[in-house]
Amino acid sequence: MIRSLIAVALVGLSALAVATFPRSVLVFLLFQGSLLYVFKARLPEPLRWGLIAISLVVLMPTIGYFNSYYLEVATQVGIFVALALGLNIVVGLAGLLDLGYVAFFAVGAYSWAIVGSPHANVILGGESFPLAGWWFYVFLFVGLATAATTGILLGLPVLRLHGDYLAIVTLGFGEVIRVLANNLDKPINFTNGPKGITPISRPPTPFGMPYGEFFYFLALLIVVAVIIVNRRLEDSHVGRAWEAIREDELAARAMGVNLVRMKLMAFACGASFAGVMGVLFSAKQVFINPESFTFLESIGVLAMVILGGMGSIPGAIVGATVVTVLNLQVLKGFSLWLNELKNAGVTVLGYSLADLPTQFEPAKYERMVFGIILVLMMIFRPQGIFPARRRQRELAH
Amino acid sequence: MPILFEARGVTKRFGGLTALHDVDFAIDRGISSIIGPNGAGKTTLFNIFTGLYAADEGQVAFRDQPLLGLRPDQITALGICRTFQNIRLFANMTAIENVLVGMNSRISLHLWDVLSRSPRFRRTESELASRAVGLLDRVGLQVSANVVARNLPYGDRRRLELARALASEPALLLLDEPTAGMTQGEASDLMHLLRGLVADLGLAIILIEHNMRVVMEVSDRVTVLDHGEKIAEGPPREVQSNARVIEAYLGKRRTAPGARPHA
Repeated sequence: MIRSLIAVALVGLSALAVATFPRSVLVFLLFQGSLLYVFKARLPEPLRWGLIAISLVVLMPTIGYFNSYYLEVATQVGIFVALALGLNIVVGLAGLLDLGYVAFFAVGAYSWAIVGSPHANVILGGESFPLAGWWFYVFLFVGLATAATTGILLGLPVLRLHGDYLAIVTLGFGEVIRVLANNLDKPINFTNGPKGITPISRPPTPFGMPYGEFFYFLALLIVVAVIIVNRRLEDSHVGRAWEAIREDELAARAMGVNLVRMKLMAFACGASFAGVMGVLFSAKQVFINPESFTFLESIGVLAMVILGGMGSIPGAIVGATVVTVLNLQVLKGFSLWLNELKNAGVTVLGYSLADLPTQFEPAKYERMVFGIILVLMMIFRPQGIFPARRRQRELAH
Repeated sequence: MPILFEARGVTKRFGGLTALHDVDFAIDRGISSIIGPNGAGKTTLFNIFTGLYAADEGQVAFRDQPLLGLRPDQITALGICRTFQNIRLFANMTAIENVLVGMNSRISLHLWDVLSRSPRFRRTESELASRAVGLLDRVGLQVSANVVARNLPYGDRRRLELARALASEPALLLLDEPTAGMTQGEASDLMHLLRGLVADLGLAIILIEHNMRVVMEVSDRVTVLDHGEKIAEGPPREVQSNARVIEAYLGKRRTAPGARPHA
């Protein structure tokens, strides 16, 4: 009872605080923290999910009205949650270490970018592109299918590989896709190379919703769908087969698990989530180029999965949220603060920060702090924030 | 009725080493044991029977269907399943989940059923769960159903592996040293269980075993391998007194002063 009151009060007050101080990063973090509390605390289930639903469907867009950047952060979180959940199937459940996961995101993004912009005219000639905005909705599924097919194409040659070898090949695959995007501007200009593709059409929105809110809600909708699909797969013979492959591939084969089918399915499912989000991403950004799909992005998503807890759906969600918020807000805020100190000429132990050489630019601490956080997490909580928990079955005797 | 399981002239080489040479083996019902010193090729034979290794020469057939060239999961689907000498459970999954994985080849659900949670899916899942509980009951692990396999005591892990193998509804069960590390009491409990399986389900069992007391007590037939060759076969009593078998296990009797037992 007390916990329920605390939860309601936390969410309500922090939302109110964000509306009152729309520029304060700390206050927005408090709001996110209160959501985490609601998620984790022992509350009656209807209250928990009610609070989360209200926060995400009502409060978050309201906050976005006061500070549209927060809505952008929330949309990015949504994109990365879907990516982390997709990678979680491949790495967390099936145990197939994939270091080139962002390639599927790129495939989805380019599939809409090419036909949703005048660029397709360059490839096919004529004046029929960009496609009308509503095709975007169709391409959410086309992007899904294209990415899933790419997943299977990657899966086929690596069926026999495990562990380190698989990691190297998928790393190479991710680079191949990026290099293709970078260089397929000749002889036929498919991707427009490093210059990227722009302008990418945005769809007509329902009820004339502004694009900030539209992409937020679409990302939220996709994330919910991804979570449902993920849970249903995990809780079926498919999920059990994936985990069996992760635990002991040879025993899984001997127990009747069709290795080829199950591995390809894992690659295809994981890839399809990234594909859908890629389509959304390209429309949201209006402009894409290969820089958005680097190896570092793949590693970032992997860090989310590991930080959250491998093989755990809540883990992937929280991991993606923490890392995204850390990157977009906390570390950015931290380096801004350091910059202010420097510009104000604050002295520490008689040494003026303004005299710091440029090698010690505050922006450079961002990655360092992120790295330290990763190292500390792996030392003190290697199982992740929300480690996977085994389902306990009710058994009738 | 064709004979249940038959292997003819199975030969397997690893580089220059001939692990198995021209081995014949057949079983129709009951319990048949394969014995032999370490490195005799017993486990290699199992790996060929279950499709994990490809034989270089020879034929293996189950109910007249040739097995060579089939994948392990296809062989399991036909009705052959096994356990491993060095227990290979899915360590981070619960006991009942381990058993459920064993049922994989008997599930005919489509991806659509899984994603839509169709009535067919729900029905299948609850049938599987109750069958799994039944199997755990059978091996005496019903109370440990929700325990993660890695946390089970050694003997329970062996029995869980047996339950997992039974989950695929095999007609032929291959057990690789099921009593290794067990006390004599545990071992004879297990043999009692196996006898029950043969009687109730009409299972045929091939047993690799080092515990001679167990072998002699439970087997209908015994096959002896040494250095990849079959050196004896027959009812336990007969094999026990076979000169070549005694020689393989104990070495050659000195016939002349100075003669070395083994080169």
